[in-house]
Amino acid sequence: MSPVEVLLEPLQYGFMLRALGATVVVAVVCALLSCWLVQVGWSLMGDAVSHAVLPGVVLAYIFGVPFAVGALVFGLLAVVLIGSVRVTGLIKEDAAIGIVFTTLFALGLVLVSITPSEVDLHRIVFGNVLGVGTGDLLQVGALALVAGLVLVLKRRDLTLYAFDPTHAHAIGLSPRRLGSILLGVLALTATSALQVVGVVLVVAMLVIPGATARLLTDRFGRMLVLAPAISASCSVLGIYVSYWLDVSSGGLVVVTQGLVFAAVHLARVMIRGSSTRQSRLPTPGVPATAGRQG
Amino acid sequence: MTSANTMPPSVGTPTMPQETAIEVDDVRVTYGEVQALTGVTLQIPEGRVTGLIGMNGSGKSTLYKAIMGVVPLDVGTVRVGGETPARARARGLVGYVPQSEDIDQAFPISVREVVMMGRYGHQGPLRRPRPVDHRAVDAALERVELTDLADRQIGQLSGGQRKRAFVARGLAQGARILLLDEPFAGVDKPSEAMIVGLLRELAAEGCAIVVSTHDLHALPELADDVVLLLRKVLFHGSVAEALEPEKLALAFGLAS
Repeated sequence: MSPVEVLLEPLQYGFMLRALGATVVVAVVCALLSCWLVQVGWSLMGDAVSHAVLPGVVLAYIFGVPFAVGALVFGLLAVVLIGSVRVTGLIKEDAAIGIVFTTLFALGLVLVSITPSEVDLHRIVFGNVLGVGTGDLLQVGALALVAGLVLVLKRRDLTLYAFDPTHAHAIGLSPRRLGSILLGVLALTATSALQVVGVVLVVAMLVIPGATARLLTDRFGRMLVLAPAISASCSVLGIYVSYWLDVSSGGLVVVTQGLVFAAVHLARVMIRGSSTRQSRLPTPGVPATAGRQG
Repeated sequence: MTSANTMPPSVGTPTMPQETAIEVDDVRVTYGEVQALTGVTLQIPEGRVTGLIGMNGSGKSTLYKAIMGVVPLDVGTVRVGGETPARARARGLVGYVPQSEDIDQAFPISVREVVMMGRYGHQGPLRRPRPVDHRAVDAALERVELTDLADRQIGQLSGGQRKRAFVARGLAQGARILLLDEPFAGVDKPSEAMIVGLLRELAAEGCAIVVSTHDLHALPELADDVVLLLRKVLFHGSVAEALEPEKLALAFGLAS
């Protein structure tokens, strides 16, 4: 079989075209958002929101409304609840996240168990990218478009929020509002990604691309280009390979992203480890070397 | 930039009528059960460098937060440049130079980008830099002598250079009031001298400069006035008086 056939054969199927389209769209928006999440330290928040939407999805199936509506409502509810658990000042954020998302996820499991069989838990939890219909694709696309636009237009404010919220406050911006925007976009993005990779694997799409890009550059602006490019490439590769090997598409997309991260990470460690000269690569994550002069 | 020896003397500066930059009146702040500020009344003048001295937990950071309107006040009022803190913030009057540990040094951002963040309050909602913003950033970088390092990631600067970058952010912002939190912690002596010289210049231009520091021996060269803080103002006056042992003993909780 020629390479051209390898590339073209899957494209004669509508479900493959929709799968590729949905995955790439979701991968790009998740990757954009991931740049902020890894810098703010909100990777767990991505995990939380994506799990917390489960009861929303189940209720949406029960009441026959689009799944995105239910997911979004519960995604936002999770964000609000996590914030309100913290108001006493006695519960730290990681504990608040753990309490809220597991409780909501468990509520989702309970709802599934009392619902007629048409709710396919496996599909929600692990995604079903090959089953994306035209209507699903429109929902995913609309959510992703809104999330992506907000992120691109507000990128400078959001980066300031991630870097130095006190300064944001000092110049009259509202860190609280910027944080809420980021969380709102997280709820939108997690909802759209759910359809493709499922509840469990959304967090991978929301963390790995930003982390990989961070290893490649020390400019936030470049991360915002690299992360979506890497994520989209991994998605296309993952979908193709899954077609030919007949394995889980969502799973393979995430495995590909993880392998790319591992390769970049290894390359960095080896380059830095083997070179005593001043590295030409940026050195994020490493405090300023003591030898540099003031 | 001038060295420490050629700095304008801190005593005997021309006495011109000085406006009050920051007015703090009977401010009380509590965190849960903890009383952080128990009735602070204080006027910080323009055109002078005020040293804010107190031990850990004396309320220095809380006072800064009160001035910037970050913490709610139980009682009292704060006026900044004659306005409410919110109005003063919206006008970009207050520049804040954070403590080193409050900044993620690994953040993927260049020195120039940090300084440009000083301009955000003057820009449209998309914060797209205009020529006037680039000029302000270039001038601020020049002034703190970081032009050559402008494209470095901030973690690749020394502690002193990084402090200067944040001062430059306040300059680009056009702040008339600069609040510096422990600016000499982890800073080498040459950088410290340069920062001191720069702050003295800014004060001479009419800015109000407030510096919280543990570094008592820097005070005579740095500050015009000293505030000794221990949840309330123990003393506000000249450097020489503030450095008297019995005053310091009070501030550092050594006297009974």
